[in-house]
Amino acid sequence: MGAAMPDLQAAVDDFCTKLRRRQVEGSMDTAKFTALLLRQVISHQRIPPSAQASTLIDAVKSVGLRMIDANRLELAIGNVVRRVLHIIREEDASLETDGVTGINLITDSDDENDGYNIAQSGVSAAAVAAANRSALRAPSLHNLLEWIPSSGATTTVGPTITDPEVRSRSSDKNSRSWKLKHSVIEGVNELLNDIENYHSQVAEQALEHIHQNEVILTQGRSRTLLHFLLEARKKRSFQVFICEGAPRYDGHILAKELAEADLQTTVITDSAVFAMISRVNMVIVGAHAVMANGGVIGPVGLHMVALAARRHAVPFVVLTGLHKLCPLYPHNPHVLLNDMRSPSEILDFGDVSDCLDDTTGGPRLRAVNPAFDYVPPELISLFITDSGGHNPSYLYRLVAEYYSPEDFAL
Amino acid sequence: METRRGARMVIDPKVRQVGFVTPGSELGRPAAPEPPGAAAPVPVVANSPSPVIIPLLLIPDTSSLRTTPLPVPSPPSRRVVAAPPADDSMPLGSYNPSDAILGSSQGSSERTGNNDKHGSAPTDSLADMSLSNASTLAIRLEGLNVTNDGISNVLSTSTVRSAVAAAPTSVEHAFQTSSGQGIIGSVPAVSVDMAAAANPQAGIDPRPMPLKDRTSKAERRAIQEAQRAAKAAAKGVGTDIAAIADGNVANEVKSSKPSSQKKGLSEKKPAVFSDKKPVVSSDKKPVVSSDKKSAEKASEKDKRKDIPAPRMQFDDEQRVAKAKRRSLIEQTEAKNRVELFRHLPQFLHGTQLPSLESKFFHEDPLHPHPSVFQVGLQYLTREIVGGNARCIAMLMAFRDMINDYSTPMEKTLVRDLTAKINSHVSFLITCRPISISMGNAIKFLKTRIASLPVTVSEFEAKHSLILEIDRFIQEKIVFADNEIVKHAVTKIRDGDVLLTHGSSCVVEMILVRAFELGKKFQVVVIDSRPRLEGKGLLRRLLGKGLHCTYTHINAASYAMQGVTRVFLGAASVLSNGTVYSRVGTACVAMVAHALGVPVMICCETYKFHERVQLDSICSNELGDPDALVEVHGRKDVYSLRGWADSKHLHVLNLMYDATPADYVSMIITELGMVPPTSVPVILREYRKVPYVM
Repeated sequence: MGAAMPDLQAAVDDFCTKLRRRQVEGSMDTAKFTALLLRQVISHQRIPPSAQASTLIDAVKSVGLRMIDANRLELAIGNVVRRVLHIIREEDASLETDGVTGINLITDSDDENDGYNIAQSGVSAAAVAAANRSALRAPSLHNLLEWIPSSGATTTVGPTITDPEVRSRSSDKNSRSWKLKHSVIEGVNELLNDIENYHSQVAEQALEHIHQNEVILTQGRSRTLLHFLLEARKKRSFQVFICEGAPRYDGHILAKELAEADLQTTVITDSAVFAMISRVNMVIVGAHAVMANGGVIGPVGLHMVALAARRHAVPFVVLTGLHKLCPLYPHNPHVLLNDMRSPSEILDFGDVSDCLDDTTGGPRLRAVNPAFDYVPPELISLFITDSGGHNPSYLYRLVAEYYSPEDFAL
Repeated sequence: METRRGARMVIDPKVRQVGFVTPGSELGRPAAPEPPGAAAPVPVVANSPSPVIIPLLLIPDTSSLRTTPLPVPSPPSRRVVAAPPADDSMPLGSYNPSDAILGSSQGSSERTGNNDKHGSAPTDSLADMSLSNASTLAIRLEGLNVTNDGISNVLSTSTVRSAVAAAPTSVEHAFQTSSGQGIIGSVPAVSVDMAAAANPQAGIDPRPMPLKDRTSKAERRAIQEAQRAAKAAAKGVGTDIAAIADGNVANEVKSSKPSSQKKGLSEKKPAVFSDKKPVVSSDKKPVVSSDKKSAEKASEKDKRKDIPAPRMQFDDEQRVAKAKRRSLIEQTEAKNRVELFRHLPQFLHGTQLPSLESKFFHEDPLHPHPSVFQVGLQYLTREIVGGNARCIAMLMAFRDMINDYSTPMEKTLVRDLTAKINSHVSFLITCRPISISMGNAIKFLKTRIASLPVTVSEFEAKHSLILEIDRFIQEKIVFADNEIVKHAVTKIRDGDVLLTHGSSCVVEMILVRAFELGKKFQVVVIDSRPRLEGKGLLRRLLGKGLHCTYTHINAASYAMQGVTRVFLGAASVLSNGTVYSRVGTACVAMVAHALGVPVMICCETYKFHERVQLDSICSNELGDPDALVEVHGRKDVYSLRGWADSKHLHVLNLMYDATPADYVSMIITELGMVPPTSVPVILREYRKVPYVM
């Protein structure tokens, strides 16, 4: 284990370098890598008998902060770090309640005769567990429901499906530190699974939102969007307008992919958004990050699309995974949450170099090429996430459910 | 229609009064201030702040060149217009008997005609040949027993001969006119003429309507009576003339006519042919008191089917097939057309060019005039872009065409020229759908042609038309731009950050002018694919020393932070306040509106149009879709290559979009700064002034 630590450090460094160099981009990839690394961190972390949770939390935090610093604009890193921290806290809390309620509860909680168990273990124990948890977590619907079955072991986020084998072993060994680590890793695995498969879960909802002969406008390319549209294509035929999404021009790629799936696809310039939006039934876009207030950080140009959609009362739907949900509220997101890409993407130096010869006192030309746009929540009609559809105004609630308030500021 | 409106305007004082509404007051005035305006062009253009007119550089010299000779011949031409009945009574002379002016005008016009011929005899002959006159010419030459050995040969000889013959005929003319005076001294006509002559301003002012209206009822009756008397006096000739008017018996006329004049004229071939025309057309007059009405009707009909019908619906298969059969060039339609835009023409770019180029030297009677042809090619290759530039190029080409025009036998100038312009316009449309500004200019030109009195000589008609074209360019575009710049500059303060989209020549002039005035401001240039016009603007502004920020349209929301004003150009402003402009304008205006930045549209009033439009789909122009496939300097973007092979993949390159009026804070026109709701007001006031529209 000790030998593995340098390897881990190297892996983290390598990942950070890649982040800095923007070699890893896109919220899904970064989120996945972050989760993998954090899982490694957790599994390699030696856990002292006392203050197990806090050592884990510290270890995750220190690595997490390094990664966040490597690319502060990739909010998914911070989100995953927070999610992992949240898992640790949850597990810790559940273990504590386990300590109170005893092992019986854990082994039998999944059985049919829950009521009997409750009666057996006594209401007081359940009450203590609930009190413990509510002290740790903000009140949530989960908590409210948990009052009744007192399924202390079935943690909200973590391993709801713990196979009986593990559980029996855990009960056998009854080593608390091992158990904590194990269940946290289970939780992280779950999270990874979520990240990797969220688009299929989002795509499953496609048929609820796309009807026959719909005209859909989108901008740029996102994997979620591709899956979503392809899923809908299985049952319905509709038409898609794609803004090419300068300066990435990934709309071209999406157009090709969709056309290959026999979808009527039309590529338009970004400037033609306003012209076309009046014939569009729905705007569906992917997002880079979702803020706690329901605002969206998306590829540059998204704000324009959203404004046009609002003007023509076209629903503006954002597909997103929950790992993109950031617990922070944006302040001046146009500047603070934006990335400046190379000007050469929009302007060749050679195009204007001869005009800049006689420069006297400071540069006269700035070529700005921002990477992101912020879309305020009032322009967004709906979020479709892997946990279902949500209104922008509800996102704060999801934040409370998936993050611990202690971790908002890392 | 126009004439009626003009008349009503004068007769009904109430209508006139409406014109005193702010914009109207300027509009209603032209009668007075116009003469100075017309006289002014030359000096003003000469010393206009040259750096300001970058894109229009071509205008000053040409216009000054062309306007200088014009003031001389223009007064008589107008006068003839003013008193048409007087000269139709004269069988022999083509002009009215106010000697002094007559002599000079005749001489000068003759001289200019000669100069033209000497200067550009070969081109003239070529042009004429291509202008479908060749055949008629040949026929006429046969009739006159001139040896006909190949058209080109004849033409060359004829041009030479005409140059020789020019001098004698001018003398002959002088003689005839003086004799004409002897025959009928129609007093009222003369008095009118004298009035016009005494008032040099009115003479310069080439507006026929007001002058015409100035003749009182009594005067008109007197004129008519004089006509009748003259008709009776010159009855023998008169019948022949009637025959000419019928046009069927042209040959007979030739033989029976006072041969001296006829021969002298017809020998003079292409260019001088224009001198012959007056005789025919003025002769025609006596018969045409009813005929004129029909002509008017015809012109009205012409107006109704006004060629600038960019609204042809291209999803109507029958009509498309018909248009294809008629069109000059083979056009292949683009594959994979977007369903929504089936009603718009979309042809494969580049397929026409080779066939057009090969046809450049064709001697086809339907072949367009070389200048028009050239302009058409330039449209096709996008060498000339931008509403003003295209409009000016077109008008200049038409100017050349009119200059080289001569009415074929048995046709009237008004109808034939209108038809000719129609065919040329449809040629231009095949090159690229015409813009609204061009449509307006064409409409203007055709109105001018239609309102030419039948009596006016061909030479003078051409002159007056050329003058009108020059005036249109000067007043409606060059001066208007200067005025707009003057207005807009007042809206720029130190410390401003101005944003513009694409490359509008007016906006560029504004920015440069403000910079020259020493204002401290920054410019944000927003550019959009695929044309990236903004790069050109950026280069020019940087070259001038302005501080610029450049970005693409997707970053508009980002770039809009901190911007204090948005200046945008427009292709047209429609009467519901919708601004029809290069694609992307609506997006920029929308973002500006959302962030509370005032949006100012700079647009000359000649681009205003009565049409209304709510979206950008019903009427638009489709660009070449292949332009979207590749991105300059980006090798990694290639996914769309071969898009046409995929049945489901379409690429749409829209050229225009419609900005709703509520995004527009104000429209800066040469008449001042108006809200978009005032556009219909300006249009209405314009319609009253017969000058335009």
